[in-house]
Amino acid sequence: MSTLNDCKKACKVKVIKLNAPADLKQRLISFGIMKETLIEVLEYAPAKSTIEVKVGKMRIALRAKEAELIEVEKV
Amino acid sequence: MNQEDIKACPVIANHIKIALVGQPNVGKSMLINSVSNAHLHVGNFSGVTVDKTEVLFDYKDYHFTVVDLPGTYAFTDYTIEERVTHDYLCAEAYDLIINVVDSTSLEKNLQLTAELMSMSKSIVIALNMDDEAQKENIQIDAPYMSELMGIPCVKVSAATKSGIENLLDAVISVKEQEIQEAKLIFSEPVEEEIAVIVRYLRKHKYKAVNSYRNIAINLLKNNKKTYAKLHDDPIWTELQPILIEAAKHVELHHDSDDIKEAFAEEYASFNRGIVAEVVKQEITLEEKTLTEKIDSVLINSYFGIPIFLFFMWGLFQLTFEIGSIPMDWIDAFFGWAGDTIGPTIANDDIRSLVVDGLIAGVGAVVLFVPNIIILFIGIALLESTGYMSRVAFLLDGFFHKFGMHGQSFIPLVTGFGCSIPAYMSARILKNDRDRLLTLFIIGFMSCGARLPVYVLFAGAFFAPEMAGNILFIIYISGAILGLIAAKILKLTAFKGADEPFVMEMPKYRLPSIKLIWHTVLTKTMMYLKKAGTFIAAASILIWFLSNYPHNLLLENEYADKIEKVATEEEKTVLKNKLAEQLLEQSYLGVIGKFSEPIFEPLGFDWKMSVALQTGLAAKEVVVSTLGVLYALGDDVDEENSSLINAISKNISFASAIAFIVVIMIYLPCLAASIVFTREAGHIKYFFYLFGFTSIAAYSLAFIAYNVASFLSH
Repeated sequence: MSTLNDCKKACKVKVIKLNAPADLKQRLISFGIMKETLIEVLEYAPAKSTIEVKVGKMRIALRAKEAELIEVEKV
Repeated sequence: MNQEDIKACPVIANHIKIALVGQPNVGKSMLINSVSNAHLHVGNFSGVTVDKTEVLFDYKDYHFTVVDLPGTYAFTDYTIEERVTHDYLCAEAYDLIINVVDSTSLEKNLQLTAELMSMSKSIVIALNMDDEAQKENIQIDAPYMSELMGIPCVKVSAATKSGIENLLDAVISVKEQEIQEAKLIFSEPVEEEIAVIVRYLRKHKYKAVNSYRNIAINLLKNNKKTYAKLHDDPIWTELQPILIEAAKHVELHHDSDDIKEAFAEEYASFNRGIVAEVVKQEITLEEKTLTEKIDSVLINSYFGIPIFLFFMWGLFQLTFEIGSIPMDWIDAFFGWAGDTIGPTIANDDIRSLVVDGLIAGVGAVVLFVPNIIILFIGIALLESTGYMSRVAFLLDGFFHKFGMHGQSFIPLVTGFGCSIPAYMSARILKNDRDRLLTLFIIGFMSCGARLPVYVLFAGAFFAPEMAGNILFIIYISGAILGLIAAKILKLTAFKGADEPFVMEMPKYRLPSIKLIWHTVLTKTMMYLKKAGTFIAAASILIWFLSNYPHNLLLENEYADKIEKVATEEEKTVLKNKLAEQLLEQSYLGVIGKFSEPIFEPLGFDWKMSVALQTGLAAKEVVVSTLGVLYALGDDVDEENSSLINAISKNISFASAIAFIVVIMIYLPCLAASIVFTREAGHIKYFFYLFGFTSIAAYSLAFIAYNVASFLSH
């Protein structure tokens, strides 16, 4: 099982499952991150604490801890 | 809502009240600003510190009132803004919704639209940023989209001001029609269950304002209000098992036990369908967009932070360098006003009240206006260009270690200048707990007004070449204490799971000058109006406490003595003595004496105690109070060498250290405290702040006093 946080820069993945608690899950969904969504990793903040991804045309920043809760597979 | 806000329109004509809704960064504010002849009205949503902008204008035979609701991604009630929008849409009276969407990112924007469509309200969709869409070769078939969704969709561009009239025409024609059911179509299993529920409701001839289909959808979505309504109805007992079955079916289909997630997926697939039908995008080679190119520099792992620090440095240079120019003028103006108005008032008491109380107090507030304006222009620029989100991205890692948020940085750094704009800029933090925590920490960043006190004490106890280093140590240790305090608060008062950090990084945009001007103007006016009235009252209070009760006996006695001495020098000495004795027996002096035992363990005499308490009004007052109390006359500043001598003679080294520690930590000035209370949203937070800073200041000063006493022996 790999998570969004395991992805390297510029890699493209598909979401399989959101393992987040209800609140965070709602938040992710409202940003368009749900099952089947395609995500591209754009950039890492210093010390890899935060990660910037691209979902559709939107760029989203999330913490590494949150990225760990998003189960993905390579496409 | 404030009814008076709306009275600008005469009652006779037709009104249309519109709720303007959209996701963040879709150009909502810019859209209403582009309506010509519009009349802006800015206030707060009741109970929260969220700006509420209402726009009033006339078009054709109608008076329009547009309420600009805060941007929201979905109805998740995650931030104050989202809650305000959701509550407004559910509870307030309005005729229809204009849903502003970003044409270049339609699929994501329609996610909110889908939620709006299940509300049984008339909607018009404004396909905003049409100009950008055309640049990106995105073709949207608006008529076909209107037909598919059952909602009028109108292309507009706030930037080029095109399509605005079409939008208003669409609004009028919708207003003149009956509410039309939006065509939200779900997957087969969901549609089946909707049909089952609708059939059941029809069979029992359930009476409702909304359509059966709408009720069915809301029941499936676990909408609390719909549930509550049906729960008291006799049909509930039979309906409940149907609903349980239906939920199971839907959840099975989506392989998830979360009905909200299931519906989000339903909406997403509906939106995908719409987008596939109506949007034609000429496929261009996947080249990097401008935003991505800028981002590769600005949030680069190596250069990102230095570039940001440079921007901040620039902003503060501007704030305090350029800001100090008009500040001198304002200062001079109020000085002049005092000198001019003073002699025209015959009564001594009233003159003193007006000049020393009112003019001096209000002047102190107005003095900060240039700083505030420049800082807010800077912040508005950072925010409207989209750079602020990058800052949060870069700094979140560091600040998260101390329980704060990446965006906490801006208010904290602003706090080194003045706490008032710092508290106000904490609004950029969207999450309640993050914002409150940041508000509590801002005071640890020593503001400019505390500098005179530090300079005075550093000058009194350290060699001149050491004083600069001491100042630096004071500032740095304040900041470190702040971070530690944040960590402690996070582990105690603001305990709980970390708030998630999921944030959109919007496209870089050129800011609209009109919009920035508007934001800055309204914020400044609000500062002047609210803080100004409070400050005027508070200044009068402090003036009263330090001037009353009068002691005529003492005054006459000194008047005689002053008459008798010959030299000016002796006269000054006597005048200072009189001032000291008067202050000692004034209410403020009584309070000082009374509170002396409390401050004794810190090594403070009653004079220092009083200085600390007048410092609650404004930190600059600490120096002038000490000056008065050590009988040097009113006109002292931190470079006054006789005050430095008096202090090094009368105050022990350990007491001085403890005094500095208290100044560093205890409650910010009155104006700042008022702004803090307003931004925190409840008076109880002021008492928390008071308790927290007092305890922290007292205990740390106590430790500092004892350590310093021990070391100096």
